Amino acid sequence: MIQQMVIHEEDYRRITAVCDRLTRDANAKAVFLVDKNGQLIASSGATDDIDTTSLASLTAGNIAATGGLAKLLGEKEFSILFHEGERDNLHISIVAQKVILVVIFDSRSSLGLVRLRVKKASEELAQVFTDVQRRGDAAGLQSPFAEITDEDIDNLFN
Amino acid sequence: MPFINLPLREITCKIVYYGPGLCGKTTNLQYIYAKTNPEARGNMIALATETDRTLFFDFLPLGLGEIRGFKTRFHLYSVPGQVFYDASRKLILRGVDGVVFVADSLYDRLDANLESMENLRVNLAEQGYDLDTIPFVIQYNKRDLPNAMPMEELSRLLNPRKVPEFGAVAVTGEGVFDTLKAIAKLVLQKVKSG
Repeated sequence: MIQQMVIHEEDYRRITAVCDRLTRDANAKAVFLVDKNGQLIASSGATDDIDTTSLASLTAGNIAATGGLAKLLGEKEFSILFHEGERDNLHISIVAQKVILVVIFDSRSSLGLVRLRVKKASEELAQVFTDVQRRGDAAGLQSPFAEITDEDIDNLFN
Repeated sequence: MPFINLPLREITCKIVYYGPGLCGKTTNLQYIYAKTNPEARGNMIALATETDRTLFFDFLPLGLGEIRGFKTRFHLYSVPGQVFYDASRKLILRGVDGVVFVADSLYDRLDANLESMENLRVNLAEQGYDLDTIPFVIQYNKRDLPNAMPMEELSRLLNPRKVPEFGAVAVTGEGVFDTLKAIAKLVLQKVKSG
């Protein structure tokens, strides 16, 4: 069986609310939440000029590579990455060992403020994803796609 | 692990192109990128060395249309084929929903094909997947070259499970979309069955 991560309406509202608040409280340009396989879950702030799909995939690759390095050194994980640019900076952290929180900020904010706000947001997000997991376990094998037919799948390619 | 976003009515699946170095994994993705309507695909990312060998991965996001109001998205990844990049290959297999093995049809690449297939089996197992049950298709690339092995022989050696298999010439696109359709279909059938 393939495990699926299913985000419901209520989870999505909670997640975007946390991301919106983090964007405001941290004076960030944008906030992204990405799953460890590189899929974008939610975003907030000034995201129009950013290729969010590529950002999600590269962030997950970055976290995966850093996780590989951590293992080599006998660490469980490096839970925070920080990239400093001339204009924009990138703060990447792992939430509840499941998802990746990305904050893009410039000189209007500071690393200290971002770290502080990320900590609080991470706790709230961890709770949401615990709920998502619990509901997924309770739902068992039922897929929202259970009712699609082979014909539906064939039609995609016609 | 397919990712299903109910409020946005989207499902995203991850497909990995695997195979020995220089077999044509990146070429498959480049052809798909070139021939897909720009509205149906995102940017292609290639993390390559200065000599254009894949260093970490290639990535191509693709939208295949809607099933019953759900947008179906596929994220195509290719791994670095060179033997010494094994740590990177393992990382890219995380969360995979379907695998395409691109075999190099040339006689002198047979050992590399067999080694890569075994490497795929081991690396999948490390992530908790079984090559005998995961959605899987095989593509025999470079069919146009004069010293290509017969398909039957390649199939006998590389495809004991008899998964869907296709001859291909990835540089001209022959067999590329047949391969993609086959794996996408298998993945969606698996998602359907839960």
